[in-house]
Amino acid sequence: MKTAELKNQTTGMPAPPKKTKQQFTVLLVLLLVLASGWQTGFSFEELMSGLPNMWDLIVQLIPPNWSYFSQITVPILETIRMAVVGTTIGGLLAAPLSMLAARNVIHTSWVTIPCRFILNLIRTLPELLLAAIFVAIFGIGPIPGIFALALFSLGIISKLFYESIESIDPGPMEAMTAVGANKIKWIVFGVLPQVTSSFVSFFLYAFEINVRAAAVLGLVGAGGIGLYYEQTLGFFEYDKTASLIVYTLAVVLIIDYVSTVAREKLT
Amino acid sequence: MKRDKSFLTIRRVLLVIAVLAVYTWAFSGLPILQFKETSMEVISSIFSGLLQPDWTYVYDPKGEDLLRGLLDTLAIALLGTFIAAFLCIPFSFMAARNIVKNKAVVGTNKFILSFIRVFPDIVLALLFIKAVGPGAFSGVLALGIGAVGMLGKLISEDIERIDFSAREALVATGANPVKTLMFAVIPQVMPNFFSFVLYRFEINVRAATILGIIGAGGIGTPLIFALSVRDWERVGIILLGIIVMVTVIDVISGKIRARLT
Repeated sequence: MKTAELKNQTTGMPAPPKKTKQQFTVLLVLLLVLASGWQTGFSFEELMSGLPNMWDLIVQLIPPNWSYFSQITVPILETIRMAVVGTTIGGLLAAPLSMLAARNVIHTSWVTIPCRFILNLIRTLPELLLAAIFVAIFGIGPIPGIFALALFSLGIISKLFYESIESIDPGPMEAMTAVGANKIKWIVFGVLPQVTSSFVSFFLYAFEINVRAAAVLGLVGAGGIGLYYEQTLGFFEYDKTASLIVYTLAVVLIIDYVSTVAREKLT
Repeated sequence: MKRDKSFLTIRRVLLVIAVLAVYTWAFSGLPILQFKETSMEVISSIFSGLLQPDWTYVYDPKGEDLLRGLLDTLAIALLGTFIAAFLCIPFSFMAARNIVKNKAVVGTNKFILSFIRVFPDIVLALLFIKAVGPGAFSGVLALGIGAVGMLGKLISEDIERIDFSAREALVATGANPVKTLMFAVIPQVMPNFFSFVLYRFEINVRAATILGIIGAGGIGTPLIFALSVRDWERVGIILLGIIVMVTVIDVISGKIRARLT
């Protein structure tokens, strides 16, 4: 198809009817963009007058306040702790749920379909929304953050889990059925050995995402470093904001690196 | 052979110890989970609120209703994605090793893209609120800049994978660099470019729903108000609205993406 398109362009053949569809699509997108610009109050004037403010802000961000680092180590560690615990709870819940959602483990559709439906629902809600709701339930602190991350990771991990379960080799499972194994044994010896390494890999991947997510949960009062972003910005202490950014950046990069190395070893 | 095995077991033991250490550290530092007396009450009212959403909030001719909030959210996501798609083009070409031969330029651009990726959308939004004031406009800018990092990375990697035979053929016939780019590189990258942009649009719709929590427009603002006054029926209808909108967008965009590639 690509070469055909290329030919059309180079030989200047008469435009096929497809072209009107393309033009229509371009027009539609432009209209949508203009309408959104109008809806959100986009104005170049405001942008131009805002840009110097941006520049002032960047100037104030540099250099970071290095002495602030010792103060934010505790909340940074709390952020990592929340990510570890939240991902673990999410992963532990995801393992049985993804078994129930995998079509080649549970053959009855009235089990798999509701499971998938619930998991899809969870995935539509961003972690910060979940955190805001859990803060309303449990009050301010890391506990609502952990619950939000657990639910959020349940959504991601279980989807990755059940897709990897559905792609496994059916041979060992058929052999187990043939010798008359019960469902539990069938899962433990037929399914689990094939998916363990990809489970761990997905778990680490979710952990990486959760460290980033945990860094902002504090904005709604759910513990960790996020609270300090709002505080320092609110009090115009931009040098401290810069320290927060640098510290978070360093932690995220280190965790990403370690986790990527571990995941490469697994596969 | 034997030594290898013992080496492996030592490594395994060390790994298990490391993992156990991380977990003891993580769990020992946690505050004890205590349910407040209100917790159970709140949970039950959330469920009853979710089951009996405040339907009158869906449309209110006087303003400030669910549909307007969702429209605002969609507009932020759409415009943000459009800006990002536009901005990422120069970055992704400059960060592609096979287009730009200068290693320093490629390295700098790759670094800029990863640097942008590290910032959560919500932190960018906080910075833009400081610059242009609260409202949907700062949300648009945050999503517009934030998405450049991911789009630029995906597209530059895609450019690095292209088949160069078409380009070589054009160069052989004496085409200038602009023409080779136009006819050999861009047609190969186009479908994936649109697919990545659509994928990012899906992510941006989700991100736009939470921008309002910090005051950057969209449906998040009424949600956080409803949460603070514990109007669970309204929280219910807003959550329902978000779930429906995100699901519909994902389905439509997924269908278009499947046809693109």
